[in-house]
Amino acid sequence: MISIYLQGTSWLHRIPAGLKLLAVAIASLILFQVKSPWVFLACLVVVAVCYASLGRQGVAQLKLLRGLSYFLGILLLFHWVSGTFLEGVSVILRLLVLVLAANLVSVTTRLDDMLDAVMPLFMPLEWIGLSARKPALGVALVLRFAPYMMQIFSRLREAYQARAGSTNSWKLLPPLAIQCLRMSDNVADALRARGGSEGLPR
Amino acid sequence: MADRSLVHIAFYAALIAALGLVPPVAIPFLGGVPITAQTLGVMLAGVMLGPVRGGLAVLLFLFLVALGAPFLSGGRGGLGVFATPSVGFLIGWPVGAFVAGWIMRATSRMNILASAAVSAAFGGIVVVYLFGIPGVAYMAGLPLLEATYLSAIYIPGDLVKVAITALITQTVARGLPGAILSRS
Repeated sequence: MISIYLQGTSWLHRIPAGLKLLAVAIASLILFQVKSPWVFLACLVVVAVCYASLGRQGVAQLKLLRGLSYFLGILLLFHWVSGTFLEGVSVILRLLVLVLAANLVSVTTRLDDMLDAVMPLFMPLEWIGLSARKPALGVALVLRFAPYMMQIFSRLREAYQARAGSTNSWKLLPPLAIQCLRMSDNVADALRARGGSEGLPR
Repeated sequence: MADRSLVHIAFYAALIAALGLVPPVAIPFLGGVPITAQTLGVMLAGVMLGPVRGGLAVLLFLFLVALGAPFLSGGRGGLGVFATPSVGFLIGWPVGAFVAGWIMRATSRMNILASAAVSAAFGGIVVVYLFGIPGVAYMAGLPLLEATYLSAIYIPGDLVKVAITALITQTVARGLPGAILSRS
């Protein structure tokens, strides 16, 4: 399944998903009350050690910082110009800790386990007469639709390339939308024929 | 909610995901700021599906991202993205889709091209930035004005997406009128 999950059996993989989610949520709440850059620096070291404990794959994960570094650079510049350089350093360290810690949960938890861990949150849907299964079915549908749409798109693009020579044009979008919409109508019919999201009564 | 609605919601959530895989286009005359197609999906969800389903489609998409699907542009995903300064924009997306769908419905007597453009511009830009800019200010510890400067470079790209949304909506209204659920 498409996910940023890293295969593995480390100690972080073995902690239940719910516990990891709770830990990150609490840590985030606490970190927003802290101001001292030294605390963030200490946290950053702890998080980095966690990544290192995942082995080489874990360290490679730190590449996600590359995309963020551009923004963080500009951010530091803004703070420097407005004379709050030290505060800027704190803010950036906090962002790094929060992003890395949250990402750590995602790379060490399978998508299914994550879904199972948050399913109880959908129980209130049952009280208003909706099935708590619907969000899970929605997730499954999206995971199937997304690659299928890419397939339709690449077919359209190949046909367009054969006709026009260029590969990308916004003109591909309307036929893509129409073909995909037809496909979704067929899926809706197929779902109904199989008894809908509740399945057929046994 | 009917199962057909669920399929439609999942469909637009997947569309937002698929648009995130389209490589970012750098517009030269805008100083090379890369624009991604992702918010195009947010605008389309609102304009095509109407307020409730449009908003739910974006929520479902964000739920998948939170679960760890790398669906945000650039292959980003997981809980980490909700700790970055752009979290305000992510929160603004479902609200923006809702507002876009609501305006689409409220202006159902208008010409579809104009109506879709107004809905996408208001829901997809005004509302989204209304959440996004305070998000940047809060997460980055900047005053609101500077956060606005930092975010404003994306507005021209968003205007292009408004135009595309309007054109797609008009084409779909001709080719598959039943798909404009916000007006049926």
